[in-house]
Amino acid sequence: MKDLRYTRFLGFISGLTMAFTGAIGMIEVFNQRTLIDPFLTMGTLMLLGIPAVIGVVAAKGRSNPLEGPTRDPLRGALAGLIMGLIAGVFASLFVLLVDTVDLTEFFPNLRPAMVDAMTFGFGVPVGLAVLSAASGLAGAAGGFFSGMSADIRRGMGAALAWVLGFSLLQGVVADIVEVRTVIRAIYSPQDGLQWWAALIIGALAWWLTLRYQGTGKTFAKRVREADPKGSLRRSLIGLAILMAVFLPMLLGGILNELLINVSFFILMGLGLNIVVGYAGLLDLGYVAFFAVGAYGTAVLTSPLSSTVNPEMSWWLALLVVIGLAAIAGILVGTPVLRMRGDYLAIVTLGFGEMVRILLLSDWLTPIFGGAQGIRRIPGIPIPFTDITISGVDPQLFIYFTLFFVLIATYVSYRASTARVGRAWAAMREDEEVAEATGVSTVSAKLLAFVTGAIIASFAGALFSAKVGAVFTNSFDLLVSIVVLLVVILGGMGSIPGIYVGSLVLIGLLGGPKSPGLLAEFGAYKLLFYGAILVFMMLKRPEGLWPSKLRSRELHIGELSQDAWLEKKGEFSSADGEEATV
Amino acid sequence: MLSRNVTPPATTTPTKTRRFRFNWVDGFLWFIRIAAIIVIVVGIVGSIQLFAAGEGPTLEQWRDLVISSFATGAMYGLIALGYSMVYGVLGFINFAHGEVFMSGTMVGLIASTMLFDSGFWDANPMASLLIVVLVAMFTSTLVAVLIERVAYRPLRNAPRLIPLITSIGVSFFLQYAFAGLFGVGVRSYPPAPGNLDDDVEIFGISIAGTKLLVIVVAAISMVALWYFVKRTKTGTAMRAVAEDKEIAGLMGINVERTIVTTFAVGGAMAGVAGLLWALLFRGVDFLTGFLPGIKAFTAAVLGGIGNLPGAMLGGVLLGLFEGVGPLLVLAGLGIPAVSQLKDFVAFSALILVLIFRPSGLLGERLGSEDRA
Repeated sequence: MKDLRYTRFLGFISGLTMAFTGAIGMIEVFNQRTLIDPFLTMGTLMLLGIPAVIGVVAAKGRSNPLEGPTRDPLRGALAGLIMGLIAGVFASLFVLLVDTVDLTEFFPNLRPAMVDAMTFGFGVPVGLAVLSAASGLAGAAGGFFSGMSADIRRGMGAALAWVLGFSLLQGVVADIVEVRTVIRAIYSPQDGLQWWAALIIGALAWWLTLRYQGTGKTFAKRVREADPKGSLRRSLIGLAILMAVFLPMLLGGILNELLINVSFFILMGLGLNIVVGYAGLLDLGYVAFFAVGAYGTAVLTSPLSSTVNPEMSWWLALLVVIGLAAIAGILVGTPVLRMRGDYLAIVTLGFGEMVRILLLSDWLTPIFGGAQGIRRIPGIPIPFTDITISGVDPQLFIYFTLFFVLIATYVSYRASTARVGRAWAAMREDEEVAEATGVSTVSAKLLAFVTGAIIASFAGALFSAKVGAVFTNSFDLLVSIVVLLVVILGGMGSIPGIYVGSLVLIGLLGGPKSPGLLAEFGAYKLLFYGAILVFMMLKRPEGLWPSKLRSRELHIGELSQDAWLEKKGEFSSADGEEATV
Repeated sequence: MLSRNVTPPATTTPTKTRRFRFNWVDGFLWFIRIAAIIVIVVGIVGSIQLFAAGEGPTLEQWRDLVISSFATGAMYGLIALGYSMVYGVLGFINFAHGEVFMSGTMVGLIASTMLFDSGFWDANPMASLLIVVLVAMFTSTLVAVLIERVAYRPLRNAPRLIPLITSIGVSFFLQYAFAGLFGVGVRSYPPAPGNLDDDVEIFGISIAGTKLLVIVVAAISMVALWYFVKRTKTGTAMRAVAEDKEIAGLMGINVERTIVTTFAVGGAMAGVAGLLWALLFRGVDFLTGFLPGIKAFTAAVLGGIGNLPGAMLGGVLLGLFEGVGPLLVLAGLGIPAVSQLKDFVAFSALILVLIFRPSGLLGERLGSEDRA
C-alpha cells in the first residue's frame, strides 16, 4: 500500500516533467534531430527517457536502507508499468488541455506543433493512447532493467551508452574517422544511425563489456604491483600527453574550435579552483579577472582603442596584464577579507557586475569602447619567427592555449601540496583554528585571490587574441556561474576534475556563448546548467572526479555513520543508495 | 567560515588590552572609507554647484525622483523581507528569491491581461488589483515552498556554502524554465486601471497615484507581517526557530513546518512586490527577478540581516541611493550619462555597507549558530 502510494507519486512527478519538457518546447526542438533512422528522434528519447529513468527508481521502491533494494525484474516491471501509465495519462491530459484551450497568448510553446510532437504525430484521440502506452512501456522497461542481474545491467548500460554516443555525436565521429565509406554506411543519408547499425553497435558493446569486464582493474593492479615507484605510471602519463599533442592535428576545424573553448574554461576553472576549491572562498565575480585580462590586452595591443593606444606586442601586454590582474585580485580580495563566506559571494558578484557596467558605460567609452567594444586585436607573434597566431588558425592556436593550461595545471598542483596549499586547506576547514595554529589567513586569502586572478587573466589575454575583438557581453555573470559549475561538476579541489567538468559541460552542452557538440541543447543549456548545479549539490557535492580530501570533508558525518552500521553488519555501503526523490 | 560548532561569541573583546599595532588591512579599509566619503562629499558639492548654476534637474524633478525612488525602495524592502527571514532561520542566502518574485510577476501578468480583456480591469480597479495580487502571492508562495521542499530540505545540515550554490542553480533553473514557458521577450502589464495614474495631492505635494499606492501597499504588508511575526503563535515559533533550531524543537515547535512557513511568508511578500513592480514598471521578462533580487539582498544587509524593520528601512534607503545617488554624486563629479551607472551605485552601496557596518543599520538578528 505504501509502495503503491510512492509509485503514484513518482508517476505524478514523471508526468509533470514530461508536460514541462513539452511546455518549454523542448520536445519539438529535439524532434528535429533523428537519432536512429526510422523510429527514434531525440525528442522521443527525451520524452520517454523520463518515465524510463523514473521507472528504475520506482522499481527499487522505498526500500529500507538497511536491507538494500530488492531485485526482482517482474515486480520492478510492474511498478514501472504502473508508474509509467500514470505519467502517460497525466501527460496526455496535459496534451488534451493544450489541444482544446488556446493558451499561445501567454505560453508561446503550447501550440498544435507541440501536440503533434508529444503524440508522435498521431494527433489527439489516437496519440493520447499511444503516449500513455509508450510511457507505460518505457517505465516497465526501466523497472525490468533495474531488476536484472548485475551483468545484464552492465551490458545493457554499455550498449545504450555506445548507441547513444554514436548517434548523438554523429558530427564528431564523422570528423574523426577518416574512412568515409564506413561512415556513409552506418549513418542514414538524412540524419541518424541506421537501425541495423544501432543493433550491431549495441550488441558489440554488450559483448565487449562482458568479455573484458574488470580487465582494466586487474591490469592497473598488476601495473601497480610491478612498478611500486610509479615510474611506469609517470611514463604512461607522458605518453598520454604526447598523444594529446598530436590530437589537434587529427581533428577538423570545428572540433579544434571547440577544444579551444574547452581549454579556456579549463584555464578559468583551474584558477577558480584555487579560490573556491582550495581556499574555500566562493567567488561569484570571477569573470571580472577574465575581463581584466581580455580588455587589458585589447587596450594595450589594438590600434583601435582611442585614448590609450600603445600598440604593444601581445607578450609585453601579457606581462602588464598579469600585473593588472594581481592588483585587481588584491583590490577585490582586501575588502572581503573579514566577511562571512556568503557575504563574500554576493560582494564578489557585485564586483563582477560593476566591472561590466563600467566597461559598458559612456563614461569610460573613450578607453574601452563601450558597447562597440574593441576590435582589430592583433594575434600573438611567435618570437624569432614571422608567424603570428590568431583565431583564424585554430589548429595552431590550440597548442598555445594548451601551453598555458599546462602552466596553470603545474601551478595548481604545486600550490596544493606546498605550504600555502596546506594553509588553504586548514583555512577552508576552520578559519579560526587555522589562525590559531599560525596560518596567516590574510596572506593566504590574498594569495588565493591573486593566483586565481592571474590565471583568469591568461584566459582573458588568450581570448582577446583568439577572437580579435572584445565586447562586454562576453563578460557577464553567466561566465562566472559556468566556471563555478565546471569546478563543481568536476569536483572542488580536484585538478583532473576540472578537465572532466570542462570537457563534459563545455564540450557537450556548450559554453555560455558557444555551442557544444549537442547543438540541439542550445536554447535549453542554461536550464540544464541550473538543473545540473542543483543535482550535483544534492546528490554528489564532491563532483565527478572528487579530490580525496574534499570528499572526506563533505561526507564526514555519513562516513562515521556507515562505519557504525558496518560494524553492526547490517549495511553494505555499495548498494545503499536511498531511492527517495 | 565553514565552521558549524563554534563556541558562543565572547562578550568581552580582548583587543583593547592589546598594544596598538598598525595592520595594513585595516589601513586599506580605512583608506576606502575615507576615499568613499571624500568622493561623496565632492560629488554632492559639485551637484549643488550645478544646481546653483541652473544646470541639472530642477527642484520639482528632484522631488519626483525622490518619490519614485522611495516607491521602488519600498518594493525592494518587500523582497528583502524574504531574504532576511530565510537568512535568519536557515543562515543562507536564498539566491533564488529574486526568481520567486519574478514568478509572481509573470503569472500575475496572465491574470491582469485576462481581466483587462474582459473589461473588468477598468471597471473595478481595486478589485482587479486585489485579484492580481492574490494570484501573484499564490504563485510566489507556491514556488518558494516548492524549492524549499525539493532543493533546500535535503541540505539541512550541509556546510554553509552548499545551499548557497544550490540556490544559484535553482535561480538559473527557474529563470530559464520561465523563459521556456513564457518566451524570452519582454511583456507588458495593461496600463494602470481606472484613474490610478492621475496625480494625487497629499500635504500639498502631488504624487502619481500608482506610486502612492505602491507605498501604501508596502506599508500595509509590512505592518501585517510585523503583526504576524510578533503577535501570532506561528510568528513566535518562527522567531524561536531563528534563535535556536534545536532548542525550539525541544520546546515542542515543529521546526520543519515553521521553516516551510518562513519560506511561504517570504514568498507571499515577494508576490506583493511582484504587483508593485507591475505598477511601477509594467514590463516583465524572465530576467526581471535577478537585479531586484540582488538589490533586495543588499537592502536586507543594509538594514541588518534577520531584522524585519531593518529590511524595510534598508529597501527604502537603497531605493533612494540608486535613484538619487547617480545624479547627486556622480553627476557632480562630471561623469556623463549617469543613469547607466544606477546599478553600479547599488553594488557600491552593498560593498560600502559591508565595509562600514557589516551588521547593518539596525543590527543583525541571527541564531546562535549563524553568528560565526
